[in-house]
Amino acid sequence: MTEVVATNETILVVGGGISGMTAALEAAEAGKKVVLVEKRPYLGGRVTQLYKYFPKLCFPTCGLEINQRRAKMNPNLTILTMAEVTNLAGEAGAYTATVKLSPRYVNDNCTACGDCGNAVETEFDDEYNYGMTKRKGAYLPHVMAYPARYVLDPAIIGTDDADKAKAACKYDAIDLDMQEEEVSFSCGAVIWATGWQPYDAAKIQPYGYDRFANVISSVEFERMADPKGPTGGKLLRPSDGKEARNVAFIQCAGSRDRNHLLHCSRICCMASLKQTTYVTDTWGDDADVSIYYIDIRAIDRFEDFYRNVKSNENVKFIKSKVASITENKENSNPVLNGVDTEGYNRYANEHDLVVLAVGMQPSVDQDSFPVDIVVNREGFIEQSDSNGGVFAAGSASDALDVNRAVQHATGAALRAIQVVNRVAGAEG
Amino acid sequence: MADQKIGAYICKGCGLEDRLDMQQIEMTATRDGKAAVAHQHDMLCSKEGVEMIRNSIESDEITHTVIIACSRRAKVEAFNFDDVAVARANLREGVIWLRPDSDENRETTQEMADDYVRMACAEAKAMHQPSPSGEQDLNKHLLVVGGGVSGMTVALEAAAAGYPVSIVEKSGALGGHVAGLYKRTPQHAAPAGMTNGRNVDLPGAEDTGIEEMIKRVEENADITVHLNSTIAKTSGAPGRFSVDIATESGSTTTENFGAIVQASGFKPYDANQLPEFGYDKSADVVTNMELEALAKAANGGPIKRPSDGKEVTSVAFVQCAGQRSDKEGHLPYCSGFCCTTSIKQALYFKEQNPDCDTTVLYSDLRTPGAAGEDFYRRGQQNEVIFTKGDVSEVATNGDLTVKFKDIILDEDTELVADLVVLATGQVPNSGPDPYAVPLSADDEEAAGDDGTAPEPEENTVTVSVESILNLDYRQGTDLPHLKHGFTDSHFICFPYETRRTGIYAAGPVRRPMDIKQAVDDATGAAMKAIQEVHNAAAGRAAHPRSGDLSFPSFRKEGCTQCKRCTVECPFGAIDEDEEGYPQYNESRCRRCGTCMGACPVRVISFENYSVETVNQQIKNCDIPDEFDEKPRILALACENDAYPALDQAAMSGEELTPWARVIPVRCLGSVNLSWVTDAMNSGYDGVVLMGCQKGDDYQCHFVRGSAMAAERMSKVGDTLSTLNLEPERVVIHEVAITDIKRAPQLINDMAKVVEEIGMSPFKF
Repeated sequence: MTEVVATNETILVVGGGISGMTAALEAAEAGKKVVLVEKRPYLGGRVTQLYKYFPKLCFPTCGLEINQRRAKMNPNLTILTMAEVTNLAGEAGAYTATVKLSPRYVNDNCTACGDCGNAVETEFDDEYNYGMTKRKGAYLPHVMAYPARYVLDPAIIGTDDADKAKAACKYDAIDLDMQEEEVSFSCGAVIWATGWQPYDAAKIQPYGYDRFANVISSVEFERMADPKGPTGGKLLRPSDGKEARNVAFIQCAGSRDRNHLLHCSRICCMASLKQTTYVTDTWGDDADVSIYYIDIRAIDRFEDFYRNVKSNENVKFIKSKVASITENKENSNPVLNGVDTEGYNRYANEHDLVVLAVGMQPSVDQDSFPVDIVVNREGFIEQSDSNGGVFAAGSASDALDVNRAVQHATGAALRAIQVVNRVAGAEG
Repeated sequence: MADQKIGAYICKGCGLEDRLDMQQIEMTATRDGKAAVAHQHDMLCSKEGVEMIRNSIESDEITHTVIIACSRRAKVEAFNFDDVAVARANLREGVIWLRPDSDENRETTQEMADDYVRMACAEAKAMHQPSPSGEQDLNKHLLVVGGGVSGMTVALEAAAAGYPVSIVEKSGALGGHVAGLYKRTPQHAAPAGMTNGRNVDLPGAEDTGIEEMIKRVEENADITVHLNSTIAKTSGAPGRFSVDIATESGSTTTENFGAIVQASGFKPYDANQLPEFGYDKSADVVTNMELEALAKAANGGPIKRPSDGKEVTSVAFVQCAGQRSDKEGHLPYCSGFCCTTSIKQALYFKEQNPDCDTTVLYSDLRTPGAAGEDFYRRGQQNEVIFTKGDVSEVATNGDLTVKFKDIILDEDTELVADLVVLATGQVPNSGPDPYAVPLSADDEEAAGDDGTAPEPEENTVTVSVESILNLDYRQGTDLPHLKHGFTDSHFICFPYETRRTGIYAAGPVRRPMDIKQAVDDATGAAMKAIQEVHNAAAGRAAHPRSGDLSFPSFRKEGCTQCKRCTVECPFGAIDEDEEGYPQYNESRCRRCGTCMGACPVRVISFENYSVETVNQQIKNCDIPDEFDEKPRILALACENDAYPALDQAAMSGEELTPWARVIPVRCLGSVNLSWVTDAMNSGYDGVVLMGCQKGDDYQCHFVRGSAMAAERMSKVGDTLSTLNLEPERVVIHEVAITDIKRAPQLINDMAKVVEEIGMSPFKF
C-alpha cells in the first residue's frame, strides 16, 4: 500500500506539468511539505512534448532536467504519478484529499534497464507522439522520463506479454498483481495545475483534420520537428512522406471563435512563428511558409521574434480566417480557400502541409470539481476569495505561455504557503 | 585527511556483470583506487543494496563513498548519503550502454570501466563534505523598492505569509501609475453560464481598487512604508543585506534585509518624440495615460477636450504609437497593455455617449487570454470601430485629421476627430546596466580587452541613468539589463532568476505588462524572495544548483589579486576587500565555478568540486603507451546539458568511442585551462569541451559560463603550439540536451582526428 505522510501544513499540488512542478518545487524549496499528484506516469506534462521554446529556441528538456534534479534532491516533496484527485473535502487549512492511484505494474526496484521492453511484443499508439508512432506494452514514456521507471500498459495484463515482461525482469520490479488503490491524506492548501489540452481539431469541420492526412495540428508538428519524434526530426508529411517545404499555418484554429473556444489561446501565434523557423531552418531558401492570421499576437518582447520571422522573404503573412480546406486528389495537397482581407482578394492556395494552430482548452473539469470554485465561461479557474484554499496555477487559470505559467505558478505557491503558515501559526 | 577512508560499492545489475569483469573492477577500486572497502551487490540501488552501503559506512567508518553503477543522474534518491562525500563511476550509461556488446570490444570496454573506477576513487579522495558557511542567519525582513501596484502586491502577499516588509517609494504617495487611472481593464472573463451570444453583459472596466489597496498596506502592521525615500546604498548579500534608506530631507537610516524585490515600474514613453502625430502641437492629442486624467476629471460625465473644453464626440486611438518600430527613439517592443487600455478608454466615451465615434486604429489587436478576448468583444458590442490602419500623420490645422492607410481597403484615407489618443508604451525604470561598458580585470586596460562582457546592445532604449539600488558590488550598482533596458531573466522556465542573487525584479521593470500581470508577477517575486531568505540562512544555493551547500573559498597565500574571479563571476557575487583579495559572499554565489575556471593560479575551490577533484580524475586515467594504439580522449561535459545528452545517447543505443573518458563539470565556465594543458601533458590525445549555447540566446544556466570558457579556450592554441601539438587536439562545442546523436558523435570525431594526426608524443 502506498502511504502518504501529510498534515494540514502540507500543500497538495494537482498536476505535474511545468506549472505544477514549479509550484511544488518553489514551495518545497521554501521548506514546505508538498505532495505532487500527476496523472501521467512521469512529470513534466506537455512541455516534455515540445521540441523548442519560443523565443529563445532553446530546449524544454533542458529546463526539465534542472527541475527533475531539484525534485530528486528535495526531501520535502512526495511525488505520486499515475494519480488523480478524486475528492477533496473540507476548507482552507483543513482539507482531506482522496487520490486514486492507477497500477503501474512496475515498482521502484525498476532500474530502467529496458529488458521488459525488449521482451514484450504487442504495440500500442504512443501517447507521447500523439499516436503518430507505436510503443511497446512495457515502456519508458520518453527517454528523460522521471520517475525513470517503466510502465506496463494495462492492456497487456493477463496476456503472454505480461508474463514475458515479468520473466525478463531481473530485479523483481514487475508486479502484475498491483491493484488500483485509493489514498486519503490531509492538506492545508491545494494548487490546481491541471494544465490544458489541445483543442480537438476534428471539431473544426471545414478544415478536414479528420479527412485530410496532410492537415495536422500544431502539437503534432512539434513532435515531427523533434529528432526524438516520429519522423526523427524530418519535416515529412503524413500522406506520402514527401518533404514538407510549402507549409501553411492556420492561426486561431478553434480559438477566438464563437463556435469553438471564445478565448485567445495566447501561445499559438508565437508557436507558429517558432514552427516557421523549423521550416525555414530545414529548407533554407526552398522553404515556403504562409501564415493565415487574424492578429499576430507577439506580445511585449516577443515582437523581436516576430520581426525576425517577418524579415524572411520566404514567409508570407495573410490576414484571413481560412474558410475551408479541400484536397487536391492528385497530389494530396490541402487547398486553402478564403479571402485575403488586405485588399479583399479570394484565394485557393495549395500547400504541402497545413498546420492548425489549435487552441488551449483548460483541463479543469468543472462539473466534477471536488469543491466549490469560481470557473469562468471558458473553463479557467478565476482567482477568488471564495475558492478557499484552492489556487489555480498556470494554464488552469488562463491561456498562458510557459514563461507566464511558471510565473503564475510561483505566485500560486506563495498563496498556498500563506494558508499553511496560518495553520502553523494557529497550531503554534 | 588522515582519517580518509574510501568505500567502493559495485553494482552488478543492469547487465554490468554480463559485460564486465567485476572482480577486475573490484581490484581496480582497491588496488588503484585505494578503496579500503569494496562490496559488490546484484542490485545496488535496491533497498538491500542501499542498506549494505549504509551499514558499511557506519561499521567501516567510511568517509568517502564511490558508487560504481549507473549515471549520477540515475537513482539519485537511493544514493543520497548526507554524511559522506559521494563520487559516482558511471559504468552503465557511461560505458556498457554506449559500447557494442561483442567479444572484440570486451577489452576496451573493460578498460573504460576500470578507468572510470580509478577516476571516481581519485575524485572522491579529493572531495570534502560541504557544509554551509553560516555567513548569515534567518532574516525574514524583505525590502521592496517601489510603491506601485507591483511593490504593494509584493508587500501584501509576503506579509500575509508572515514576512515583514519595508517599502521604499521615491514619490510622496503609494499607488504609482494606477493611482492616476480612472478605471482598470476587467480582471475576469465572462462568468460560467453566460451564453456566447452577441448581446450579453460582458465584464467591463472596473474600479482600480487602488485606494483600498493603499489602505491595506498602510494598516498592515507588518508593512513599513518609507515615502519620499530612495536607496542610498545596498551592501551585503541575501540574508544580510544592509540598506541605507535616504529621505528627501537628507536623513539616512540603515536597515537589514533578507532579500530585495525591485518593483520600480515604468515611465510612460515621451510622446514628444512623435512629432508626426502632433503631440507637441495640439493639446487635443493626448497619450493614453493623459486620457485617464481627463476621464478621471470627467468622473462619468462627458469627457472634454483640453484645448477648449468642448465635449468630445469623436475620438481616434492610434495604437502602437512609437512602439513596435525600429525608428530611432521608438520602442522596438510591444507594451502589451495598450490594446485593452484603448478598448477601455473607447468605452469611457461609448458608455457615456453611445453616439460618440470611437475608432481604434491598429495593426494587430492584442487581447490575449479569456478576459482579454471577452473585453475585445465588449468593445465590438458597444460599437467601437476597429480599423486595421497604419497611421502616418495627425494634422493639427484646425480640426485633428488622422491620416492613415486602411489596410483592409488598401487605400490612403483620413478621419477627423475631436481628440486623438496615442497608445504609447512603457519604458522600464531600470537603473544603469552594469554591463553597458565591459568590465575589465584591470581598470587601466582598454574596455573590452578581456572580452568578458557583452557588447553594449544596439538600439538600446534610453533609460534612467540614476541608480535605483546603489549596490555596493564589484560589478556595478544595479540589476543587469537584458533586452531593451528590461531586467528580465531571459529564462523561459525560470523567469525570476536575475544575475544578482536575492534581488528579484517584479512588474513592468521586468517586462511590459498590465495590472493583472503585474499582480501575478509580484506575487511570484515575493515567493522567490521568501525562499531566498531561507536558502541564505541554510547556506543553500539558489537556482539552478538549488540546495547545494558548497561554496568557493581561496588560498590567500597563493592569490595574486589579479581580479579575474571578481570580474568574471556572472552573478557579480565576488567583491574585493581593502587589500584587493576576493570576498566570495556565499549567499550571492550560484556555485557555478566560473571563478575557479578563471583563476590562473588555481587557488579557488569548492569543498566537493575543485581544480584538484577534476585533475585527479584526469591523472588517474590509465594512459597506454604510444604503441598500444589506444588513444585517450578527455571530454569535459557540462552536467546540465551535454552530460544528460550523453546519458540519453546511451539509452537510445548510440555508440561512443572506447577511447573517450568523460568528466562532467558544473558549467563549462568552471573549466580551468590547467585541466586541458595537464591532460595534454600527461598524454591524452585530444580534449573535447562541451558546453551550452552562448550569445544573445544563451542557454548556459550560469548566463556567461560557456561564453567565458570559449573566450579562455581561444587562447589554448598558443599553449598547444608551445608544446608542439596540433591545435585540432582541443575543440570546444556547443551541445544541447537534445543532441543525443551529436554529443557522442563529436567525441567520435575527435577519435578520427587523432587517427589522422597520430597519437600524442606525450605518453610516458
